[in-house]
Amino acid sequence: MVKTLMRSVREYKKSSILTPVFVTFEVILEVMIPLLMAKLIDYGIEAGNMQYILKMGAILVICCIVSLTFGALSGKYAAVASAGFAKNLRMDMYNKVQEYSFSNIDKFSAASIVTRLTTDITNIQNAYQMAIRVAVRSPIMLIFALFMAFQINSHLAPIFVIAIPILAVGLWLIIQNAKTIFERVFRTYDHLNNVVQENLHGIRVVKSFVREDHETEKFGKVSQTIYKDFSKAERILAFNAPLMQFCAYGCMLLISWLGAKLIVASGNNPAVGMTTGDLTSMFSYTMQILMSLMMFSMVFVMITISYASMERAVEILNEESDIHNPEHPISQVEDGSIVFENVSFRYGKNADKLCLDHINLNIPAGATVGIIGGTGSSKSTLVQLIPRLYDVSEGSVKVGGRDVREYDLETLRQQVAMVLQKNVLFSGTIKDNLRWGKEDATDEEMLHVCKLAQADDFIQTFPDRYDTYIEQGGTNVSGGQKQRLCIARALLKKPKILILDDSTSAVDTKTDAMIRKAFREEIPDTTNIIIAQRISSVEDADMILVLDDGKIDGVGTHAELLKENAIYREVYESQQKGGIEE
Amino acid sequence: MRRRRKGVPIGRPKMDKVAMKRLLGYLKDYKLRVILVLVCILLSAVSGVIGSLFLKVVIDSYIVPLLQMAVPDFSGLFRAVLMMGGVYLMGIVATFLYNWLMVAISQGILKEIRDTMFAHMQRLPIRYFDTHTHGDIMSRYTNDTDTLRQMISQSIPQMFSSVVTIAAVFCAMVYTSIHLTVLVLVVMFFVMKIFKYIAGHSGMYFIRQQEALGDVNGYIEEMIHGQKVVKVFCHEEKAKEAFCEKNEALCENATKANQYANILMPIMMNLGNLQYVLIAIVGGALAVNGIGGLTLGAIASFLQLSKSFSAPISQVSQQINAVVMALAGAKRIFELLDEEEESDDGVVTLVNAKYTDDGALTECKEHTGIWAWKQPRPDGSVEYTKLAGDVRFFDVDFGYTEDKIVLHNISLYAKPGHKIAFVGATGAGKTTITNLINRFYDIADGKIRYDGININKIKKADLRHSLGIVLQDVNLFTGTVMDNIRYGKLDATDEECIRAAKLANADSFIRMLPEGYQTILSGDGSGLSQGQRQLISIARAAVADPPVMILDEATSSIDTRTEAIVQRGMDALMKGRTVFVIAHRLSTVQNSNVIMVLEQGRIIERGDHDDLIAQKGKYYQLYTGAFELE
Repeated sequence: MVKTLMRSVREYKKSSILTPVFVTFEVILEVMIPLLMAKLIDYGIEAGNMQYILKMGAILVICCIVSLTFGALSGKYAAVASAGFAKNLRMDMYNKVQEYSFSNIDKFSAASIVTRLTTDITNIQNAYQMAIRVAVRSPIMLIFALFMAFQINSHLAPIFVIAIPILAVGLWLIIQNAKTIFERVFRTYDHLNNVVQENLHGIRVVKSFVREDHETEKFGKVSQTIYKDFSKAERILAFNAPLMQFCAYGCMLLISWLGAKLIVASGNNPAVGMTTGDLTSMFSYTMQILMSLMMFSMVFVMITISYASMERAVEILNEESDIHNPEHPISQVEDGSIVFENVSFRYGKNADKLCLDHINLNIPAGATVGIIGGTGSSKSTLVQLIPRLYDVSEGSVKVGGRDVREYDLETLRQQVAMVLQKNVLFSGTIKDNLRWGKEDATDEEMLHVCKLAQADDFIQTFPDRYDTYIEQGGTNVSGGQKQRLCIARALLKKPKILILDDSTSAVDTKTDAMIRKAFREEIPDTTNIIIAQRISSVEDADMILVLDDGKIDGVGTHAELLKENAIYREVYESQQKGGIEE
Repeated sequence: MRRRRKGVPIGRPKMDKVAMKRLLGYLKDYKLRVILVLVCILLSAVSGVIGSLFLKVVIDSYIVPLLQMAVPDFSGLFRAVLMMGGVYLMGIVATFLYNWLMVAISQGILKEIRDTMFAHMQRLPIRYFDTHTHGDIMSRYTNDTDTLRQMISQSIPQMFSSVVTIAAVFCAMVYTSIHLTVLVLVVMFFVMKIFKYIAGHSGMYFIRQQEALGDVNGYIEEMIHGQKVVKVFCHEEKAKEAFCEKNEALCENATKANQYANILMPIMMNLGNLQYVLIAIVGGALAVNGIGGLTLGAIASFLQLSKSFSAPISQVSQQINAVVMALAGAKRIFELLDEEEESDDGVVTLVNAKYTDDGALTECKEHTGIWAWKQPRPDGSVEYTKLAGDVRFFDVDFGYTEDKIVLHNISLYAKPGHKIAFVGATGAGKTTITNLINRFYDIADGKIRYDGININKIKKADLRHSLGIVLQDVNLFTGTVMDNIRYGKLDATDEECIRAAKLANADSFIRMLPEGYQTILSGDGSGLSQGQRQLISIARAAVADPPVMILDEATSSIDTRTEAIVQRGMDALMKGRTVFVIAHRLSTVQNSNVIMVLEQGRIIERGDHDDLIAQKGKYYQLYTGAFELE
């Protein structure tokens, strides 16, 4: 898993390696400084040797400056490395998602992909910086400080050999106990957020049913769980500081006692043994040793917590798109004819249910085909196979006489324009949005397609016309306007096949008819596939398909189906009663 | 969240005193414990300071004299070590105690804040939710509360402990050597200057980083949600390009922000070391020249003290950043808490009622199926009016803001059992009218009467209890199907829920679900089709059994065949009730008693289907498809 993530380090490898190198130098100096300070006390202050004090002082100042430089450099490179790594990782994941097929996107869900690309990456970035800086720093500090302590006095140093395991075991116990609770708390947190989110979405429902108290009670329960778990976890963590103090104070007392004896024994003579200066530096090393252990345990916790984020990120990176360009792609679509040969489809390899069950269909180029069927009859699934948004499970879909899997994907999708049911406009001007269909479209071209899609009229009523800014999600245009803009956007591609997946549901019947009329007259060679719920949207089609539960229930013209097909007749009658007629 | 950040000026954020004061107000409930915590922190800090002075004592009072003795007697030192051990032990116990006590305080406050925030949010008017994005409100529960947790449980105790330490160490330093103390203060002055400079830059870039992050996250969100469109238009490369640009900007700001933050620690630490050296040199010089009466032990312990002095100062400085951020979060939480609640001056309540033998209506405790409005009179008597579902509008005007009226002169009479339909373009004011009936919004002018009672006089909860509502956007809650139906009436039995489901034609599909009524729905019922979700929401309204129903585009996202099924459920539900229907499809409204055609907030046509067809007006045009309904 770590290996997969590390692939995103790339050009920041240098910084990532330099950081621990500088950290090491910094630590060495940091550990040296107390020793030099001890010397300063022993030979300088003790002896009243001002010369020595100044000399040692100068050396120390240089050491500090060098240590500061290394420290600053390690900090700088750590920032460069971690921010850069996060950037690359975010880009890699984003690019990976761009390769995803529809089924990959379905698998993750958009919301989950967004979280992985945002929150999770931030967590990983922090963990990475910790790993190359603090996680390197603490063990090195521990080793060097311990080494120095032994150098000063091998009789006193064994105190640490006792203290370190005590602290380590204590910290380990705290982490182990707190970790599981924290993991649970984070899950409860999700639950709490979910309650708030649902409440916000459904606030009108809550208020109309007067369920405010019920909701508050529901929230109160989750909030109580969080309170309990968090308290428990933090109570365990409350042992942290006293444990640390216990070890540190214990060491200091022992060092004072034993150190004093050693000093007295040596007569405070550096040549013979322990001195008062040594005692001072032993105190410094005590703090360094124990603090480094403490830091290490904290880093360990942080990295463990971010582990889940890493897993989620790797899932994105390891997901393989199930739709690939063929090896020798065809980059020319002959015409707009479509053939379904014994096509079956299921979502997921192991799904029991066939969404499409042995479909056979032959649509000549330039024809207009209507598709009618209830919710869940797989109308959308059927048409999504044409631009190869999904691959068939069995059989073959042919466009222009060739299997869609033989085409270059971009060529195919350029020629098979599809207006999705759940369509999206992006924040930007109307022109920006239209240019999705054709990047270098001229104003005339845009005007033309908008006229075809019956969108020009309302665009002209906007103060900024084609430069009107569309808010994210297209919230500032009505449903019908949005649908017509989406149709115009697809038309700009000048496709050979145009698929409208329930794309005029919010458009009134008259405008709907005008759009179809414009298609007939202006782009007669384009094959049109129209999924609709209104009979009026499909009744003048050359061929109407009635889908029911993934099977073709009937094919024919309006008149034929009305005579022969029960479902079609039923739908027609239910709408006739409503009086939608032309 | 992203929008909010746009307004943040670039610069170092300032401490918010008002929010701080208010936050400290929460401590009131924990008076005793707070005092205990303060005492413990004090003890812990003092024992630490005594500890750093201990070195001086050991060297000056014991080691140096011992060195002079021919036969060293360690018993004095032993006692001193033991005593110090006692002080340390007290420090450890105090540290543990305040950490332990703090948990209850901080978690208690957080729970209280969360709970009051949510409860308060439930009482806010719909208007609040119209004007604040979900993300913006959510972040108060997540980010803002989180920073608050860190501040209360870590920053504040640590800062207090640091301040105590600083004060104690300062006293000890003055006691040990005034000369050297002055020196330390001078050095500290420069250290703080440097600190401020770096921290200021770090803070500035952190704000920029947050902005860039918001930008990238916003872009990711928009693109990923439109990913299928990206695929259909082969727009992948374009999408990557724009992303790359924003990602670079983020990386740049993140690098700078972290650089400044990262170099802060080594700089502060080494400045501390430099100070140490400076003290050693100056102290040495003083001692050698016999100025200020400095002893060897005094210098050693002063050196130790100087370290204890600079460490908490840099700690406080670092915590200040956290506190500023947390207070900004606290401010947003308080903003929500200060939002004015939905006002309710209603006195009329809904009660169970029964007829007495002489035919008068009277209140009773048991559930009778008859409901009455209980209306207190000025003279102290009570009047009961049967809940019938008669709703009348008299010349109602309404605007979301005072200067822009969106409904003009709306008058309508809905008699019990009638079906009233609203037809019109988006923005014509159909939904707004229904929002006035349940008082999501209050009218600007005119009167609305419910069973002859001014609806402003009816308690909102009781008013809404008497209205059932089915919206176009179905909202289901995490829980079983049964729970979701029961949402309409919390004390409904399983049988009642099933009956309601049958009435709504939802029973058959619910039984097909893997666990039937016990199937757990999550993510707003994402496993169900739009039609199925709609049926559950109808059942939910049915179980509440209100005399008045509002159906706001309840069937517009369902295909016509499914709609026919749903419609049967709805028809059963509508029987005997006053129903307000808003519909896109004219088929849904055709059999209404009255159809109102709305245009720009005015009723332009009214009458039943045949009347309106005969009028050959807007309705006729709509009906024949000559006019666009958007």
